[in-house]
Amino acid sequence: MNDTTPHPAPAVEVHHVYAAYHGQPVLEDVDVDLPAGQWTAIIGPNGAGKSTLFRILLGVMKALRGRVRVLGEDPASQRRAGVMAYMAQQEAVEWDFPISVKDTVLTGRYGHMHGDAFWRRILPPRWCDPRHWAVVRQCLEAVNMLDHADRPIGALSGGQKKRVLLARALAQEARILLLDEPLAGVDAASEHLIMEVLDGERRSGHTVIMVTHDMESARRYADKVLLLNRRVVGMGIPEHMLVDEMLARTAAAGWMRSHEPMVEA
Amino acid sequence: MMVWFETLGRAMIDTLIAGLMVIVGVFPEALSAPFDYAFMQRALLTSILVGAICGLLSCFVVLKRWSLLGDAISHAVLPGVAIAYLLGWPFFIGAFLAGAVSALGIGALERHTRIKSDAAMGLMFTFAFALGVVIIGKIATNTHLMHILFGNVLGVQYPALMLTLFSGVVALMAVWIFYRPLVLYTFDPMQARALGFNTSVVHYGLILLLTLTIVASLETVGIILVVAMLITPGATAHLLTERLTTMMLLSVGTGVLSAVLGLYLSFQFDLASGGAIVLVATALFTVALLAAPRHGLVGRWWRRRQGPGTTTS
Repeated sequence: MNDTTPHPAPAVEVHHVYAAYHGQPVLEDVDVDLPAGQWTAIIGPNGAGKSTLFRILLGVMKALRGRVRVLGEDPASQRRAGVMAYMAQQEAVEWDFPISVKDTVLTGRYGHMHGDAFWRRILPPRWCDPRHWAVVRQCLEAVNMLDHADRPIGALSGGQKKRVLLARALAQEARILLLDEPLAGVDAASEHLIMEVLDGERRSGHTVIMVTHDMESARRYADKVLLLNRRVVGMGIPEHMLVDEMLARTAAAGWMRSHEPMVEA
Repeated sequence: MMVWFETLGRAMIDTLIAGLMVIVGVFPEALSAPFDYAFMQRALLTSILVGAICGLLSCFVVLKRWSLLGDAISHAVLPGVAIAYLLGWPFFIGAFLAGAVSALGIGALERHTRIKSDAAMGLMFTFAFALGVVIIGKIATNTHLMHILFGNVLGVQYPALMLTLFSGVVALMAVWIFYRPLVLYTFDPMQARALGFNTSVVHYGLILLLTLTIVASLETVGIILVVAMLITPGATAHLLTERLTTMMLLSVGTGVLSAVLGLYLSFQFDLASGGAIVLVATALFTVALLAAPRHGLVGRWWRRRQGPGTTTS
């Protein structure tokens, strides 16, 4: 891929961010830029603060110190502008909720519906502007779930659930896709499909940021790998990051106390 | 202004009652006879309204796992009623304020201390309830306390009926207009956040709606039993469908049906009205639990019995 298109601001800038849960630090002085228009994989052990980074970007959690910028702007205003789409971990969603697959994907369009005619906005979402349904169809088709559009989400298998969540994130047509463990508990066929869809998004110029445990897919698809364990252990191309030495350092970073020097790659 | 408002309210209520009486007239004499009394007509309208509002909100309570929060707010309303009585305010203002304050208190305890949410709720509502019992014990009779705790739909007067009607209209409009944010926040708050919705506004808005519903139901089923009306219809509907709009309709239907049947039974057999309403609601839940097509116990048992046979064939 040629990289001639200028990217004025990184997709995500993290400036010296500290975060903690109940006094227990999870992010310490994290300072890193995630490039726009590229695929970044965030890798680190459990409890390394990977999801916390997402939670800060989504405004669910506040950083104790430091700040984040999304495409050069405040994340809150960027969320309202529909810049970020988020694909949750499977456990975070209430699968018992009485909602069909297509209605779930339609919730991804709710942000865009602010621009609809007033009379449409007071109607139930089912009668929204047909262009939203067109996008929903497209996204369901992309993840190969169109046949299941009318099924309740509770009746799906693990891989299908992931694909619905991905379709919902795609439906937002956002410039930045945040994905929390998109491959956890997924069958091989779904895994391949999810990765190909994301690759397509990345090729059409979107930014993909995914938290993952899966080294293999990171090696194959990601442009950049961020190694994170409370602090930034390394940030660079997969060939440099996904080597035994760096991974061992990532695993060990959680035990080290804060004053040891960190290696910049 | 107030007078005008009151006249309008009365006119609306009288129209609604007249409409209801037309429907009641269709039924055989034996069933419709109790509704010749004016107090029964008011009670019928109140029951229908309360059943409908509670049924609607109960979907959110059940899906959001807010049963305990509903319990907490309803108990917390008691000191508000007592204090409003002391100050000579309309009771619903005190009740509404007390409910809202305790909901905020629970949120604050949960967010800023290591106390978990269930303990925060338990702590707040028992405190508020105790405060209410102590104040009411000083200023009013036990009958009063019993009516607030357990409701007395047969004694409903115009002001209370107007309040219920007003709350019903507000709740319905709010759910209608804010349907998307409310549903999305209930379903997946993180997603609501990512889409740029202000989830704290939705959160507290939903709590205020819940408080309004509880206050509106105070005189009908009372503080203690309103919780049942906020859980049982929604739980019943959840067993019966996989669509949210259908669930809301079924839940409202369950709420209204239990309120009306309960009212009728309480008149015919001289039962406590709040208790009768909740017992009918529970009976409907039990029917759904046994006979629901997908999630019913009978259906499940039947499929399990059939299961091995159909897979081998």
